[in-house]
Amino acid sequence: MSIFDTILQPLQYAFMQRGIMAAILVGIVCAVLGTYVVLRGMAFFGDALAHAILPGVAIGYLIGGGAREPLFWWALLTGILSAIGIGTISRSTRIKEDTAIGIIFAGMFALGIALISSVRSYTVDLAHFLFGDVLGVRTSDLVLTAIFGTLILLVIFLLYKEFMVISFDPILAATLRLPVRLLDYLLMILISIAIVVSLQTVGVALMVAMLVTPAATASLLTRRLSTMMILASAFAALSGIIGLYLSYYLNLASGAAIVLTCTGFFLMIWSSTSILRQKTR
Amino acid sequence: MKIGSYLRWLKQIQDSNFTFLHPPHPHEAGKPVLRLENVSVEYESGVALDNLSFELCPGERLAVLGPNGAGKSTLFKVIAGVLRPSRGLVEVAGYEPGKHICIAYVPQRSQVDWNFPLRVTDVVMMGRVGRIGLFRFPTEKDREIVQRALKTVRLETYANRQIGQLSGGQQQRMFIARALAQEAELMLMDEPLTGLDMNAQKELFDILDTLREQGVTVMIALHDMKIAAERFDRVVLLNQRLIGLGSPEEVLTADNLLMAYGGHLQLVTTKNGTIAVSDTCCDEGEHEHF
Repeated sequence: MSIFDTILQPLQYAFMQRGIMAAILVGIVCAVLGTYVVLRGMAFFGDALAHAILPGVAIGYLIGGGAREPLFWWALLTGILSAIGIGTISRSTRIKEDTAIGIIFAGMFALGIALISSVRSYTVDLAHFLFGDVLGVRTSDLVLTAIFGTLILLVIFLLYKEFMVISFDPILAATLRLPVRLLDYLLMILISIAIVVSLQTVGVALMVAMLVTPAATASLLTRRLSTMMILASAFAALSGIIGLYLSYYLNLASGAAIVLTCTGFFLMIWSSTSILRQKTR
Repeated sequence: MKIGSYLRWLKQIQDSNFTFLHPPHPHEAGKPVLRLENVSVEYESGVALDNLSFELCPGERLAVLGPNGAGKSTLFKVIAGVLRPSRGLVEVAGYEPGKHICIAYVPQRSQVDWNFPLRVTDVVMMGRVGRIGLFRFPTEKDREIVQRALKTVRLETYANRQIGQLSGGQQQRMFIARALAQEAELMLMDEPLTGLDMNAQKELFDILDTLREQGVTVMIALHDMKIAAERFDRVVLLNQRLIGLGSPEEVLTADNLLMAYGGHLQLVTTKNGTIAVSDTCCDEGEHEHF
């Protein structure tokens, strides 16, 4: 089998085409937002938010009886409410923010599992949302992903300089009279939308990798925020494609294959930059 | 900046009037650039500022002296309009500080994430963000202003460096350039001399002299009383309350210093006069309650 066949053969299946498109879209959106997650040290927040939408997914599933749309909207609602909840609790009480995140994260995740366990027959389907099912993406899912993904990228583009200032120097942002809190909540809400949109690709459990790993890889290679976003998107999109091929040929779970490819890129870049740095010393 | 410290101080931001809703206020001519009247700040952990009153004229350069925990950073945050005082009145050019975008706060170097993927120009351009406005992008004019600011602080050849690659003095000058790009009329500098060698300190003061000519009012928090005495016409000595305000000779007396520093200060009398030796130093401590 030639290299051409290796590449083209999986593409004759429509589910592979849709899967690859979804993986690329989701990869880019998560990587761009992930740049802020990495720079602001919000990895734990991202992980928690991904887990916290599980009850929304469960309720959407139970109400919609398997239809995708209610599930999406319920997940979105839960994600946004969790983001605001975590932000408010960590800000207004004497509890430290990582503790607040831990409490909401575990509580919501448990609620999700409890809801799922109450209806045994749905268990298998809902497992897809824990670990992702990118090959089950339908055209309507793809459209939703594209719409919300574009929306997120547009907001990031329009508020690029504001998000940069609140991330680097919040006191400056306040003296420039920027709406710091509003922007802060907006960023958290964007992250939760990205998580819901990516749900089908990698699932709740591995979501944090899509947010953190490509951005961290890019941070090793550049000293500019905009370049970091572009590089992170490239790593994420490539990981999506390579991961899906690995999944096809080696018969691996698709979400895991994508995340493992991301991790592979990170280890490769990290080790080569470390070696280079030692040589130049 | 890590999310921990970030969220902690976010709790204290006042809900100011945002520029895109209310245009910044004009300045009233003839008013002092800064006026504090009976300003007090209380944290959960205790009193940080106690009944402070003083005024500053445009173009003045004031050293703010006092031991760790004296409330120097708190004072700056109140003046910057980032923290609302528990009691009292703060006016910048006749209006409350939250209505101005001409107040620049230069953070301590230890408070900054120097690994952030930014070039020197990117940081200086941040000073323009308030003027550019929401959903807009920097124009040629903004870039020119940034260039001019970099030139004033003699960093034009470092424009494309990553911020972590600068020396301490250069980092400090970069923030001054950012304040210039912001078109700041009141600059608050938190311990800018910490960790700078003599040369870098001299360069910094040369630039501050240029700023004075341009009519920029500067308040500088300091530990080094020798520099305060040599370089400033006016100093203020704080320890939660105002202990002295005036020329260094008037304020830095043995009595005042003992009152401010208490047991942390040793006074040594030599034939040249009184030398104060303080054993408190630098960054930490004062920021614990943030």
